[in-house]
Amino acid sequence: MYRIRYHGRGGQGMKTASRILGTAFFLEGFEVQDAPRYGAERRGAPIFAYVRASSQPINERGIIRRPDLVIVADDTLVAIPAAGVLSGLTNWSVLLISTNETPDIWEKRLNFSGQVLKLPAPAEVGDPLELRFVGSSCTGAAARLVGVISRDSLERAVRNELVQLGEGVIEKNLGKALEAYDLIGDHAGAVREAEKIPVDGYEKPEWVELPFEEARISAPAIHGAATSVEVKTGLWRTMCPVIDYGQCNRCWWVCSTFCPDSAISVDEQGTPHIDYEHCKGCMICVAQCPAHAIQIIPEHQAEMAGGQS
Amino acid sequence: MKRALLTGNKAAAWGARLARVDYVPAFPITPQTEIIETIGNWIDNGEMDCRMVTLESEHSMLTAAGAAAATGVRVFSATSSQGLLYAMEMLYTVAGWRAPFVLVNVSRGLAAPITLEPDHNDVLAARDSGFLQIHCSTCQEVLDSALIAYCLAEDERVRLPVIVNMDGFYLSFTREPVQIPDTKIVNQFVGEFDPENIRFSASAPVSQAVAVLGGTPYSYFRYETHLAALNGLAVYDEITEEFANTFGRRHDAVEAYRTEDAELVFVMMGSFATKAIDAVDGLREAGWAVGVLRPRLLRPFPADHFRRALAGKRGVAVIDQNLSMGKGGVLHTELASALYARAECSPVLVSFIGGLGGRDISLEEFYEMAAVTRKAVEDGEAPPPRLLYTKGELREVKKLQAVAHAERQELGKEQ
Repeated sequence: MYRIRYHGRGGQGMKTASRILGTAFFLEGFEVQDAPRYGAERRGAPIFAYVRASSQPINERGIIRRPDLVIVADDTLVAIPAAGVLSGLTNWSVLLISTNETPDIWEKRLNFSGQVLKLPAPAEVGDPLELRFVGSSCTGAAARLVGVISRDSLERAVRNELVQLGEGVIEKNLGKALEAYDLIGDHAGAVREAEKIPVDGYEKPEWVELPFEEARISAPAIHGAATSVEVKTGLWRTMCPVIDYGQCNRCWWVCSTFCPDSAISVDEQGTPHIDYEHCKGCMICVAQCPAHAIQIIPEHQAEMAGGQS
Repeated sequence: MKRALLTGNKAAAWGARLARVDYVPAFPITPQTEIIETIGNWIDNGEMDCRMVTLESEHSMLTAAGAAAATGVRVFSATSSQGLLYAMEMLYTVAGWRAPFVLVNVSRGLAAPITLEPDHNDVLAARDSGFLQIHCSTCQEVLDSALIAYCLAEDERVRLPVIVNMDGFYLSFTREPVQIPDTKIVNQFVGEFDPENIRFSASAPVSQAVAVLGGTPYSYFRYETHLAALNGLAVYDEITEEFANTFGRRHDAVEAYRTEDAELVFVMMGSFATKAIDAVDGLREAGWAVGVLRPRLLRPFPADHFRRALAGKRGVAVIDQNLSMGKGGVLHTELASALYARAECSPVLVSFIGGLGGRDISLEEFYEMAAVTRKAVEDGEAPPPRLLYTKGELREVKKLQAVAHAERQELGKEQ
């Protein structure tokens, strides 16, 4: 069975990308299971999706613990423990990462003995709008890496899954998927199906007796003030709002009032400041600013320009 | 017939569409919403001839569903978790009306604390309501069960509403290959809803919700509902036999996998049961005589099916994806009562609680549960119930508690 895990952010199209790969396998005659996994988070939060494909009916479900292929659409996720990008990676696994850095940097950084393959990240390509197609690029590459999906099946899968989005969107995504499919051709078949865990010598689960604890410890109460500060929702951003103080007319209230996360404060001079640790990048401030003083730049660029986040 | 990749939610919507439902009262809740969205789109596109009304709550939704079913139209609705509980008063009420319709529940753990992921405490809260319950383990079963459920609900020997249950995420948002049967064949199989003598219509006032004072009439009505539910056992077997002949897929009241020569048996319901099947294949390769029994029908409870299937077995691992506070696993309790004082059928029952709030159950854990059950058979005594929970998980929670403790201290300083 092929076990493939996608990691990306809400809004980057991971669910659609995983479905395109699932459909491509299905068109090749495989039994398939694909599913996205997310919580109540919004755009920008880490999400993952998984695809299983096998010549036999699939009885496994849920989390893929030992992936054959891990796809990372956004390399900033690697540093976020909650994203679980590295979970279950072994030297059997292939890591496909959309990044500006070289594979050997990631191998060293992660102390990872499996194969790292790179797709040039959209920021490197230059146009931030290219970010929208990262899922299709990843899926095009993945389809080639498993070695059992034809170019034709990939094309049909893209068309099937995006049919409601119109011909323009389909063509653009198809171009990206096929480009990645061709680009990674040297590594066709690099991802292989792992064997099932045998009963002999299986790792025994370390079950514990859950101890009784008093309600003051065991009741699910959280402390609003401190918790909200500690959760760095700024890590969810893919795009970053930047105030051009030359344009800002110090109205003192519009952007800060509309910010749904109270991430913009205004000082005594009426100057707004964005709390980049907690701004989720929803861009409502950009839309509301009457002086058009807030610009959007890709998160990668913002980080390079001086580390707002 | 067409084979396509469908989520459990889409499969449920296909079930409603193929059963040609007339009316869908709706209220959204994660992870059920996709069912309602799908049906809504089909109605907009003219692909489904049906009236959908969004109500202001699940309580009203169930009231509307029961009232509409009582007028003799075919009704479909869907909910999940807190929504099902919010409708609980009406669940009991419309079942008492003997109004037949189908309600899909997408299982999700109950608050508090809040989660989006599945376990079966929500649907088990409706266990005693008079709704019959069919539990699914694949997306295909969701579609098929919706069709079977209409036949069961509307049968004159039953006349009760039916819940078709699927697990949130593991089925609701998961795509699997699903056979979508031809409309014509489905029409023949499900047939028209013939409400006979329960038709409730304009200008012919009928009170559905009569009050009875004194236990005599009350006991009569309540026990009649129980007898109708029990009739569901034989009716269900008839329907699924015909289903198998028509569509080639078996959906027995208790699904048995490699149990004939098994000494040990896993018993569990819902989508995680497919994981047990996977584990059984592994254990069989290593020479273990193990099988799986999965109740599809939970109400009425298929006690005789279990007795037949477990006759001569030595050990049973009951894995409950639910928890009755202060008692333990519900399925374990139900199975124990069905097997009590049956000489021909007295395996050692070992109780496991796992999969609460969607917590995964790994292949290794199934292997270990088989080992624990085999040991219990050797000892002739069941160990105490076991929560599937590891040292690593406890460490994770302890870390969260440590963070909370540190935060409390910080807050204390500020004040």
